[in-house]
Amino acid sequence: MPHSDTVIAVNNLAKCYSIGHLNGLNDSGLRHAIENALRNPWTWWKNRKIRNEHFWALADASFDVKAGEVVAVVGRNGAGKSTLLKILSRITEPTRGRVEITGRVGSLLEVGTGFHAELTGRENIFLNGAILGMTRAEIKQKFDEIVAFSEVEKFLDTPVKRYSSGMYVRLAFSVAAHLEPEILIVDEVLAVGDTAFQKKCLGKMQEVSRNHGRTVLFVSHNMSAVLQLTTRAVVLEKGRVIFNGPTEQAVEKYAGAIGKDSTVFFPVENTPRKYPGTGAVRFVSFRFDRSVPIFSPDEDFQFVAKVRAHDTVPRIRFSMTVFTAEGASVGTCFGTERTGLRNGDEVEFEITIPRPRLAHGRYCCGVSVGKGDHRVGMVDFDTVTDTLAFEVRREEGDGGTLAEWPRGWGSIILPDLKCRPASLPPFEAVADNVAMLPV
Amino acid sequence: MSATLVIEAGQTERQYWRDLWRFRELFYLLAWRDFLIRYKQTAVGIAWSLIRPLLMLLAVTAVGKAGSFSTGGAPPLLFYFCGLLPWQFFSTAMSESGNSLVNNSNLVSKIYFPRLVVPASSVIVSFMDFLIAAVFLVPLMLYYHVMPPGQVAFIPLFVLLDFALATGVGFWIAALTVKYRDFRFVVPFVVQFGAFVSGVIPITPHAHQTLRLIYSLNPTVGIIDGFRWCLLGGGNFVRPSELLLSTGVTTMLLLSGLRYFRKTERTFADII
Repeated sequence: MPHSDTVIAVNNLAKCYSIGHLNGLNDSGLRHAIENALRNPWTWWKNRKIRNEHFWALADASFDVKAGEVVAVVGRNGAGKSTLLKILSRITEPTRGRVEITGRVGSLLEVGTGFHAELTGRENIFLNGAILGMTRAEIKQKFDEIVAFSEVEKFLDTPVKRYSSGMYVRLAFSVAAHLEPEILIVDEVLAVGDTAFQKKCLGKMQEVSRNHGRTVLFVSHNMSAVLQLTTRAVVLEKGRVIFNGPTEQAVEKYAGAIGKDSTVFFPVENTPRKYPGTGAVRFVSFRFDRSVPIFSPDEDFQFVAKVRAHDTVPRIRFSMTVFTAEGASVGTCFGTERTGLRNGDEVEFEITIPRPRLAHGRYCCGVSVGKGDHRVGMVDFDTVTDTLAFEVRREEGDGGTLAEWPRGWGSIILPDLKCRPASLPPFEAVADNVAMLPV
Repeated sequence: MSATLVIEAGQTERQYWRDLWRFRELFYLLAWRDFLIRYKQTAVGIAWSLIRPLLMLLAVTAVGKAGSFSTGGAPPLLFYFCGLLPWQFFSTAMSESGNSLVNNSNLVSKIYFPRLVVPASSVIVSFMDFLIAAVFLVPLMLYYHVMPPGQVAFIPLFVLLDFALATGVGFWIAALTVKYRDFRFVVPFVVQFGAFVSGVIPITPHAHQTLRLIYSLNPTVGIIDGFRWCLLGGGNFVRPSELLLSTGVTTMLLLSGLRYFRKTERTFADII
């Protein structure tokens, strides 16, 4: 190995957040804080101090990355991955510990950071490039390449607010993909765009690491991308490094250590609702009883919804709509009505769509609890959208390569086609009749 | 191989000023972006940079006339315009840069760059508005047959002072707004109210000296009087005490603003 020197050395890195501040992060929290502050400044001030509990997002994490290595950081939500990347990108400061980085760092924590809706594609390329640390000269030099990669040539002088979400993401990723730092830090950015474009991005990242010998630190939930791109992975759990070694083992560890009893959990009690319902029953949380929200096309889609009744309702039923990651509606289904809830009840329901036959891809579902259905008229008590995201993918190695299902074929794999001759040739018809005679 | 960067808690980044230089293009680009988008989807576009000060001019002149304040022999419209120019620049720069960090929170929480770039580029945008509005001085002076006196050569100094003041206050408010959004409500109030105590309308020409001195603690007073002295001369002059106070307060605000900003800067991403 020509590169044996360490370019990133992370030593006992720790980051502490105070929960009081974390609560202030979301909109409603802030509004409440100001409202409370104005209504009763004294109580607000006192409670504010008390509420500041500590939370260690990162607790004594240590690992090294050598020049030219491509290392994945994997872990569940809240394991500390994003915090780690934020510290490495110098967006936030560690509470304790030390990092030494040798070389120019380019970090990509989100595609399209700093894109401005009112500006045209061309203007945004320059702006975004500068934000990512490129000089004007560099951007000019790569401009044509960026435009070609993004496939939006025709709309370069259109404000990006008129772009489709796909075009927007493609342009944003293209700028980022042409960043040429010595060390590239990438967060879950591949989770955007359609599958074809995702493949293109993966290819680009491979090219960058293999041909140009750059060091890449890569965070993803997409295990197949991790396996494809990286040779070594660091597994984080609760802010600690629990494994650091070959990617294959790390992925096993990630799936294994989390175990079968692990879940993907979405608390939704306080999230703002896009569609207000009557509120008689409200969702508290959702969870998938598996370590990653990935379903095979052949299995049932299942999750657990916890609801709380804020009123006594005689009957309830669930319904859901599945959307593609781009937001197009795929289909809707209703459950049958069942016995309702008494005021104050908190109940978990297991909700299943038997073999929904979804094609490969990323989806998100909107879930409602209410009464009635599309045939008799309906009322929704509560609806949660944009939360329950999942992916449909065949397990790797199951039947060799991934089957192809082009986007243009839609998101539903319709039942297998049945085909038989409509008018039977006389000879076979007779034969059939003969065969049927004894019955 | 590049130098090794060390990230540690509470570390004062020795790299900071070098980074500021490295990100200078971002600085131009942010200013350019804000300037571009400022008047997008407006019918009269950039003319707003003229219309706003002119409307304000009419209002202030009306108030000034009603109170029959001395204009030092200068035509009232011109007198008040010379006062409004620096005040408008200061007040828009202060409110724009005060809100700039919060408005760019997506950048702050996702990308590293010296945060000073954000409020500073907002000041630049307001400065462009100032320059556009300043052009209107020419027809106004021609119309009233007023020739600027010799001391017009000092005008860059007062522009610089105004600039420094806007930047200093901008730093303070930008950093404070990140933590306390209350400043989003305080600033517009200061701007509205300030037009009347900033020295645009000369409410204290004959007041007692101590009172005047207290009044001059408001750094815009010296700047505005300075503008009038440079552009109109005649009965308009700037007192040395006023100028000294103005410069002193401005320097203090700029340095302390810079210090406070730098001190709180590293927590911006966590609390914004």
